[in-house]
Amino acid sequence: MYRYDEFDHQFVRERTAQFADQTGRRLRGELTEDEFRPLRLMNGLYLQLHAYMLRIAIPYGTLSARQMRQLALIARKWDKGYGHFTTRQNIQFNWIKLEDAPDILAALADVEMHAIQTSGNCIRNVTTDHWAGAAADEIADPRPVGELIRQWSSLHPEFSYLPRKFKIAVTGAPHDRAAVKTHDIGLRLQHNEHGERGWEVLVGGGQGRTPAIALTVRDFLPENELIAYLEAIMRVYNLYGRRDNKYKARIKILVHEIGPDKFRQEVESEYARRPKQETQVEERELTRIAAYFSPPSFEKLSRWSVRFEEARSTDKEFAKWVRTNVAAHRVDGYAIANISLKAPGEIPGDASAEQMETVADLADRHSFGEIRISHAQNLVLPHVKRDDLYSLWQALVKAGLGTANYGLASDIIACPGLDYCALATARSIPVAQSISRKFADYERQQDIGPIKINISGCINACGHHHVGHIGILGLDKKGEEYYQITLGGASTEDSSIGSILGPGFAGADVASAIEKIVDTYLSLRKPGEEFLAAYRRVGAQPFKEALYAAA
Amino acid sequence: MPLLKLNGFVQDTWAPIGLEDPLPVSGDIIVPFSRLLKEWEQLVKHDGRVGTVFPNVDRVEALTLFLPRLALIVLPFPSFTDGRAYSLARQLREDGYRGEIRATGNVLPDQLQFMRQVGFDAFEVGDRFPPEAWLKASRQMSLAYQRGLYRPANETEVWSERHREAEPWLEQPYAG
Repeated sequence: MYRYDEFDHQFVRERTAQFADQTGRRLRGELTEDEFRPLRLMNGLYLQLHAYMLRIAIPYGTLSARQMRQLALIARKWDKGYGHFTTRQNIQFNWIKLEDAPDILAALADVEMHAIQTSGNCIRNVTTDHWAGAAADEIADPRPVGELIRQWSSLHPEFSYLPRKFKIAVTGAPHDRAAVKTHDIGLRLQHNEHGERGWEVLVGGGQGRTPAIALTVRDFLPENELIAYLEAIMRVYNLYGRRDNKYKARIKILVHEIGPDKFRQEVESEYARRPKQETQVEERELTRIAAYFSPPSFEKLSRWSVRFEEARSTDKEFAKWVRTNVAAHRVDGYAIANISLKAPGEIPGDASAEQMETVADLADRHSFGEIRISHAQNLVLPHVKRDDLYSLWQALVKAGLGTANYGLASDIIACPGLDYCALATARSIPVAQSISRKFADYERQQDIGPIKINISGCINACGHHHVGHIGILGLDKKGEEYYQITLGGASTEDSSIGSILGPGFAGADVASAIEKIVDTYLSLRKPGEEFLAAYRRVGAQPFKEALYAAA
Repeated sequence: MPLLKLNGFVQDTWAPIGLEDPLPVSGDIIVPFSRLLKEWEQLVKHDGRVGTVFPNVDRVEALTLFLPRLALIVLPFPSFTDGRAYSLARQLREDGYRGEIRATGNVLPDQLQFMRQVGFDAFEVGDRFPPEAWLKASRQMSLAYQRGLYRPANETEVWSERHREAEPWLEQPYAG
């Protein structure tokens, strides 16, 4: 993992002091709320329905055990004893007092963390594959570039007052687990015909009011040119992105309004102006950072773990969890353990301080002290010996973290919704809870197979409903919450935006509507055909009939 | 209106000329960009320095021909959250412009350091904040990760500092 050097430490300390000063000036009335708002947002502090919310950056979704313990401490000391892991691999605390924010930021700085640019119209925390550095299909670990981008984008003087927020996602594997095509910029690592590494640069993806799949602006960008090229893209956006209407201000609108060819031309001509020296330091810096991400000292182990196989054949519950939550590791004898934060009836993405501490201890014991946060709001221990999986699982079960549903129907993505969020038009959490209760049965979920159900409490789509196989969007109709259902979305390398199925449903009826959709799929699928594939084959009609014909 | 430069407050000696005002015979003048386009032939012969107010919706290329003769470019911030002028200032510096770049409009202390880093060196600051607030505003952070910024000698560019052996930026800008 990356470790701060003296410069990084000083940077975060100074930024914390700067924000403490800004907060003090606001509390003394020297800054108006209008003047203060962009400053506090740039430090992750939102004013929500009931309190301030502080969103803390977890760069590229990687946490150390020590950092996780500090988050637990913050949850206990300054919040109500829990935190919420988000779809951007961050954590949010929902019950913060403005005057405590500087102390919390100081506590974060102690463990090399911050809340810089987790909100506001600036470059946000960069996200990546939650299996980075462990996945069997990976070309290279994308986290060094994530760290490079984190540093470059931190307090960037030119790009801190953009037309709108800006999100960058990176994947180092051909199978895209980072949803790069629905980001403002998506980066996909690949080899060219000479075996050199470079980036496919995609621009203009997004969700929200106007969902869009990103377009490729460069097929192959040499690795050392990345920062210079990002500067060119950002400048084109900063200058020409729309500022007259906040709903049309994201880069996707610019790209789609002027067209990909014109956009590419603008970027390339801006890029051509830049001094060549810009690539040298950046290349050295990437090399410096990459050294921190060298693989941990894996033991040489057999692919076959006797202890693991014995446990799996004698303990059926363990076998269930292994089947859903354990993924292949690039190193023999190791596995990736996915920890579900989606126990039936619980709030997706929420973890208590005790659970955070348990995961931190287990990471120290079994995963070289490393933890990952996934954009699907789960936790990951990336490097677990297969020999240790059984004892790991037993400890997880004790902490209420042993749910075997990773990637299945009850592994639901949901935003905080109207229970917390000032922007929301409907609640997300109760809907997620009712669906997860309905599908809690393991055998049934196994039979249904991989399926992504995503819920957003408003059109801003923080719950990624557009790219859920089944998407649920909560809206407000004359004071009543109702929910629109979309089918056919996907966030992987074959990304697509879901289509609205028909009229919406009242909150109490959503779970049974989802059940009808799932039952329809079960009745028409071919052997081995997953939900998304079946939908793409048959289209919306059979599902419409099942939902609306009877009514 | 108080004019803040990198080393403190100064008297503004430039005369702003409106759209309809007659051009004075001499002295340093600031004209709207539209007049620069229309009256360039007279302005070239003006006895005194010439500056212009350049709107943030125009492309910087529109200024290229005039740059050698311009001593001041005023970039307005219609709102402090409208960040277009940051890119314009940086483009002007990259294009080799070394005259004054002045921020006007909704200029606030908490953005002053960013403005200076991209190449602004003068600020029309109004009287919304006391002078002390301005004087400490441009030095809130002593280090930055980005390269090629305008900065005083005691402000650290982290990446350049970590890799001193690498070839430096084409022309390292300096702001006293």
